[in-house]
Parts: sequence; structure tokens; C-alpha cells
Amino acid sequence: MSFFSTLFLGIISAALVNNVVLSRFLGLCPFLGVSKKTSTAVGMGTAVIAVITLSSAITYVIDHVILRENLRYLRTIVFILIIAALVQTVEIILKKKIPSLYKALGVYLPLITTNCAVLGVAIDSAQKSYTFAETMIYSVGTAVGFLIAIVLMSGIRERIEHNDIPESFKGMPIVLVTAGLMAIAFFGFKGTIGG
Amino acid sequence: MIVPILIACAVIGVISIIIGLVLGVMSEKFKVEEDPREHAVRELLAGSNCGGCGYAGCDAYAHAIVHDGADPTLCAPCHEKSKIGAIMGLDIKDTEKMIAFVKCSGNCHNTVDNYIYSDGKDCRIAYTAPGHGAKKCVYGCCGLGTCASVCPYDAIRIVDGLAHVDRTKCHACGVCVSVCPNRLIEIIPERAAYAVRCSSRSKGKDVKAACSAGCIGCGMCQRVCENGAITVENNLAKIDYSKCTGCGKCAEKCPCKVITVGHVE
Repeated sequence: MSFFSTLFLGIISAALVNNVVLSRFLGLCPFLGVSKKTSTAVGMGTAVIAVITLSSAITYVIDHVILRENLRYLRTIVFILIIAALVQTVEIILKKKIPSLYKALGVYLPLITTNCAVLGVAIDSAQKSYTFAETMIYSVGTAVGFLIAIVLMSGIRERIEHNDIPESFKGMPIVLVTAGLMAIAFFGFKGTIGG
Repeated sequence: MIVPILIACAVIGVISIIIGLVLGVMSEKFKVEEDPREHAVRELLAGSNCGGCGYAGCDAYAHAIVHDGADPTLCAPCHEKSKIGAIMGLDIKDTEKMIAFVKCSGNCHNTVDNYIYSDGKDCRIAYTAPGHGAKKCVYGCCGLGTCASVCPYDAIRIVDGLAHVDRTKCHACGVCVSVCPNRLIEIIPERAAYAVRCSSRSKGKDVKAACSAGCIGCGMCQRVCENGAITVENNLAKIDYSKCTGCGKCAEKCPCKVITVGHVE
């Protein structure tokens, strides 16, 4: 397979077929918490793309330089450290260099530290022993999948808001039901790419 | 046995120290100069982001006070305005603790409905219905809880079709005052011993027909008040809290028992 078809299939596979939120159920808390408005959902999604891409690149290097064969069991804790520090660094730099973006992202940026999708991608690609290129494709694809899922969700939620929902379903319950239905819809992508 | 533990500790420790150093250097290098007054003012504000001041939140209001010269007395829940004044070099007096008060007694027992209003979602919509909602009194509380839904402190409850303010939770931010279509909620001093629990400007006879607990504007309170704190205008008694001493004679004499404060059943 040529390079571009590998790239394309890799991104499609990570973004849609194995969507991080809707088929692997990682990163649910920002997915539910920050999907009230499309504008904030887009902000959160782009912030996640940036952080996932950076963090998987750095964790790949750390994994291959420091965590050799006999230190594999330290992956989780080291990756958490790296991701937390990375988010902090990005925040500090943004605050100085691009204050408008920093203000727009607001509280979402530090929230990404606790987004398990970020850690999930780093650990997953380390465990599957991907090459650096594969890791990058996988992480960008996953992050794009998160953006797609959260923006779709916010669009649906904006519409749900004005509907006449039964009292007991108001608020979070209807959102969870919606998320379940979306997951079923995304299940339809299974099998579109061999494997 | 002990060696792998030590190796793990060493690896994590070294990584943490490096990360700590990097973060420390970064935060110094990319330091953003913030006005220390902004932080100090922010600490004095209520910090509940109720939006009663008209700004997007406490951070935005603190920024506006320090940089844009905004009026520093707008934060209703904050009672240390003199301290904000001291920070900003202005002479501001501390304000009295205020509280929201619903000027209506028309619960389901006291008043009756003219018709059945079934779209019970928002008082502001009900207000556009004939007679300003289903209740016979056109001035009364619609009881659909728009004030309760906007209260950032969860201090308002609808009991028997009438809004009640929980005095322990209310911070007098004034958000409810602006949403009530009947303008029934007033911010009064918390020390106020007595207040008129009615807003009906109808004549006595009409009030009696609509509600058993309304102010009929008889003027008894005005006559009995020794301090001249009560005036009856447009068939409705009004208390001047700067003159009221809290003697309670008005409440005693009121034939409709509409002068009261606190939770009435």
C-alpha cells in the first residue's frame, strides 16, 4: 500500500471506525461536560487535537529513550506526569503569547489534563509498539475523532434544549441516551475497513 | 528485591525534578504581568459569578473595576466594599446586608384561579395571557418559578404557587428582580422587621374579591405608625425602611395581615 492510502486509512480508522468516544468510551467527561454549545465544543476539540498530537510525540520519545524493556511498568505514571506538565507548559506559553486563544479556551485547557483519551492514545500506541509515523497518524486521527464526536453532540444538544422532554429525562439523562444512540450509529462504521 | 523499587523511584524522581525545573523556568520566562489590585479586588468579591453586577463574572468585574474604572459598588453579595474602595483609592461605605423579598401573599389558599393555565413553564410567557396569568389578581405571583430557575444561589422555592425566598441562601444579587414580569421582588434591608407582602394597586373591594390576603389600602398602618414610615399610595401601603423602627404596630393593626416578614403560611 502506498504511503497516502496508509495515512488515509489510518486516520479514517482512528477517527470514525474506532472513534475514541463512541466506540472506545474514552474521554467521556469532556464529551458530556463541554458539549453544551457548539462554539465551546469546537474550542475543546481543537485544544484536544493540539495536546494529543504533542503528548503522543513526546511520550513516544520518552518511551523509547527512558522506558526500555525492564521499565515498561512505569509507563502509566510517567505518561501522566508528562501529559500534566505538557498541558501546563502549553498553558503558560499561550497565556503569554496568544492571550486571546488562552481566554477562549479558558478552563478547558487545564481540563484536558484529566481527559483520559490523551493518556489512552499514548499508552495504546506504546503497547501496540507503533512506529513514530504510525503513532502520529493514530493520535491525530483519534483527536479528530474526538472533535467530530463532541461537535456532533453539541449540535444535537442545542436542538434538544428547546424540545419538550419528559421531566425525568431532562438534563444529563437525555444526553446519555443521545450518546448511546450516537454510539450505535458509529457502530455502523465497523467492518468498512478490513480489520 | 529492593533494587527495582529504587530504580523506579529514581526514574520517576528524576523525571519529576526535570519537569519541575522546566515548568519553573517556563513560568518565570513567560510571566504575565498582572495588576495585583485585580487579584485583591477579585478576592473581596462574592466569587459566585452570579452576574448581578452586569459583567460576565467576578473575574470580568474585577478587571473592569481596576482597568476600566467600573463602579465598585455593584456587587450586591459583597459587604466589604470599603476594602475595595481602599484598594482603588476611593472612599466607599460598606453596604447593608440586603435580601430579596416577594411582595405577594397570593398562594393557592388565598387566591383563586380564573382559568386553567396549562403551559406552566415561564412566568414571562404566562404574563402575556389574559389577566397576567391564571390567578384572579392581576398583580400577583404567577408561581411558575422563573425567579427560582434563574437564582444562582438556589434560594427561591415555589410553595403553594407562590415564590418564597430562603433568607439564609439569598445574597440579594437581584437577578430574580429583573426576570419577574410583575416586578414583585424587591431588594430590602435584611434587618427590616416588617414589609408589605402585596403589590396590588387595585381598589379594596377588587382586592378582596381576588385574594384574601391582599392590601386593601385602608390606611390603618399609616395612621398607627408613630414614625411616619408608612405611606399608602395607589391603594398600596409602602414602608420607608430608613424610618421604620420595627415596633410592629402596623402588623398588629393590619386587618388583612399583609404586613409581615419571613415565612408565612
